[in-house]
Amino acid sequence: MKYEEIVHRCFRCGYCKFTGDYHDFNCPTYRKFRFETFSPGGRMWLIRAWLNGEIKTSERLQQILFSCATCANCVEHCVFTFKEDLVNIFIAAREKLVDEQIIPPAVRDYFKNIHISGNPYKEPANARGKWAEGTDIEPFDGQDYLFYVGCVGSYDERAGKIARSVGNLFLKSGLSFGILGEKEHCDGNEVKALGEAGLFQHLAEQNITQFGEIGAKKIITLDPHAFNAFKKDYRELGADFEVAHYSQILAASIQSGKIPLANYQARVTFHDPCYLGRHNAVYEAPRQILKSIPGLEVIEMHQNRADALCCGGGGGNFFTDILGGGEDSPGRIRVRQALDAGAQILAVACPQCAKMLDDALKAENLTERLEVLDVSEIVNRALA
Amino acid sequence: MNPILQALTDAVGKDYVSDQPEEMYFYARDPGLMPPHRPDYVVVPKTVEEIQAVVRLAHREKIPIVPMGAGMALTGLVIPLKGGIVLDMKRMNRILEVNEKARCALVEGGTSQGFLKAYLDGHHPRLRHSIPDSPGTATIAANLMIHGQGRLTQQYGFNSDMVSGLEVVLPSGELCRIGSCAVSPDWFSKGAPLPDLSGLFLGWFGATGVLTKIAVKLYPKKKLRDVEIFLTDREELVPAMVYELTHTEMVEDINVFAQPKPLIFAGNHHIALFFTGDTDEELEFKRKLIWHALDPFIKSKDGGFMGIPPVMKPTLLDMPQRSVSRFADVKRGGGFEYSGPIILVDKYPQCTRKIVELAAKYDLGYSGMARIIGRGHCMMYGFAFTFNRADPDMMERTRKALHEVSEFALQIGGVFWKPTVEEQQMALEKMDPNTRALMKMIKQNLDPLGIMNPGNWEVA
Repeated sequence: MKYEEIVHRCFRCGYCKFTGDYHDFNCPTYRKFRFETFSPGGRMWLIRAWLNGEIKTSERLQQILFSCATCANCVEHCVFTFKEDLVNIFIAAREKLVDEQIIPPAVRDYFKNIHISGNPYKEPANARGKWAEGTDIEPFDGQDYLFYVGCVGSYDERAGKIARSVGNLFLKSGLSFGILGEKEHCDGNEVKALGEAGLFQHLAEQNITQFGEIGAKKIITLDPHAFNAFKKDYRELGADFEVAHYSQILAASIQSGKIPLANYQARVTFHDPCYLGRHNAVYEAPRQILKSIPGLEVIEMHQNRADALCCGGGGGNFFTDILGGGEDSPGRIRVRQALDAGAQILAVACPQCAKMLDDALKAENLTERLEVLDVSEIVNRALA
Repeated sequence: MNPILQALTDAVGKDYVSDQPEEMYFYARDPGLMPPHRPDYVVVPKTVEEIQAVVRLAHREKIPIVPMGAGMALTGLVIPLKGGIVLDMKRMNRILEVNEKARCALVEGGTSQGFLKAYLDGHHPRLRHSIPDSPGTATIAANLMIHGQGRLTQQYGFNSDMVSGLEVVLPSGELCRIGSCAVSPDWFSKGAPLPDLSGLFLGWFGATGVLTKIAVKLYPKKKLRDVEIFLTDREELVPAMVYELTHTEMVEDINVFAQPKPLIFAGNHHIALFFTGDTDEELEFKRKLIWHALDPFIKSKDGGFMGIPPVMKPTLLDMPQRSVSRFADVKRGGGFEYSGPIILVDKYPQCTRKIVELAAKYDLGYSGMARIIGRGHCMMYGFAFTFNRADPDMMERTRKALHEVSEFALQIGGVFWKPTVEEQQMALEKMDPNTRALMKMIKQNLDPLGIMNPGNWEVA
């Protein structure tokens, strides 16, 4: 297994479970399951035991490994020099399970759907661009930017609204951009996180080739997960395009006055998506956008930025739901945190977070007290 | 489903009981060097009632039960030596009350040091507790169970001296309050003016009951905190230096450390002095007194204050000390263990010579660290060796070195702190026979079936 030479170095001291100020446990799986085995240290020790043959592959081990949300809280707070590799180690263990073909059915189905349909929803490719129907958004044809929407934005109803919302603001700002529509392929971030390295490489190479062929040099992603894959993993495979998350482009457009904003009064708190924040250190762009709206009061939850609690959808859990629901699921804790902070709107900048937190809001019966909105949707409400 | 598993499920809910190999593997061991032993079940209770139900079941079925915090003692104290049920307490982590004026916090039995620190920082910025150098996940209850020390130990003694009340589930499953809270709604004393029964539980490693609530004393937190380091290469003078420093009553925490790396540290003894103030004037006043206290040693050229590089200060002032955990990876191996006898400060030179000797003999990386307890009343001297978990030979050499430390410590008048089972037996053997008989009587009366953390403090 990759990183095998590191796994014995974990002291299981538990800093990885906390926020930086020890305010609370911040590992989403530990927070939910509360056995040490579901903490990063637990995983490290179990992986070592598994590699040494001291424990066998089991359903429980699969649950422990595949429930990890790859949120990188452990990477942020581990005290050791190998901290940067923690999530990589957990992914490597998943890769080994995938190689041995011993994976949970939900993970197997996810790979199968990507392999057969090109997306996790088993939807036809020609439905990918449906979200843009009825808008003035044009296909990519050499414009300055390619707006890459991804599987969730393309097929999920809630996420499709966010894609339209972002697209609308790009149009308002006069941005030169286009989309791939039915020609778009899965970015593969979750495929990689779930341990299918071969399938990920295929998807990445397919995308790199396509972007090169159509001359897309600057790419804007809707989803921080795609942003992460393009920015980090695709580079390693030879990609040489620029990539930005939509919040970065939008923040610049608002700052330069291309999107005039009117007064919109509400109290908003921002939930940092793990793949935007901890994985890529983009904390300020979404906040800049919110703070530029007159009348909007931006407040912080105690756990914010590098200490933000994951919504529970990362690492493929959005599709596999191995982390699962319940009162102690991270999504439900997160919406309670937003409410405790005094927010009326819980702002997100990730379609997966939007869906996860929307569901959590319903489970908590808080839909009348709190609203989950994408940053772009708030901006659309505040358009002058 | 087997009836025990069913009963545990009934007690705490199915999501918080496991008999799965993964949990049995993990909870069979701690990060130290003691051999593992698998439990039969792990449960993660949320309430006192759930704990009572589990303990009653264990009592009825004569099943061993081991309460566990974060398992960071490193000496195997939460390894279920005779199997049974491990009770992971960390779901019970509420801070129930902080009485600002009485400077007291009442917390649940699985509350971590980190939680209490963060809570006080956020809600009571003028209060602090004696936070140990173990990771933030270490629990307050477990630290008291081992008579831990912390950042206020030089001023106020062992952390267990700073307790002002306990709630305990007895081995029979009954709930019992210890201290003023047994009579009054207020938790201000663990004993006085009543007979102090807290000694029936503190220091017993859970062998006499499960702590479910703890009241701990809080202390004034000043706005400013700083550190100075006095350096000397004369280990025989360290006790005299500590005597002068404690006489000033200006220092809140004194640690003396000596280690071979980095190279500029080698051969030196670093007396780290932590002090606080609400104003610059107060801080400078204390700094001046501390400096003056060591004037004679500076004049005789036996030591001097070290200029601390700014990058080093945050590490030194960090609470809890992340750098302590980092010591585990010095050999890129994820392990360290230490024997930390409690001993008189004047034994410092012998201890420091011994650790150097053992490190050379067994070819180990080491760090010697003394924490002064009280106004020089005694110290904990940590003989710490780092090892590579993937190197069985190095692990065995570390075990041998620690065994020699145990024999040495006992021989020069030390008493083991958080002793391994082997050290417990060594201590019991050397103990006054009537004291040993008293311990046996207490254990037999409280836990006649011997179900509570069996193997620990067992008098033959």
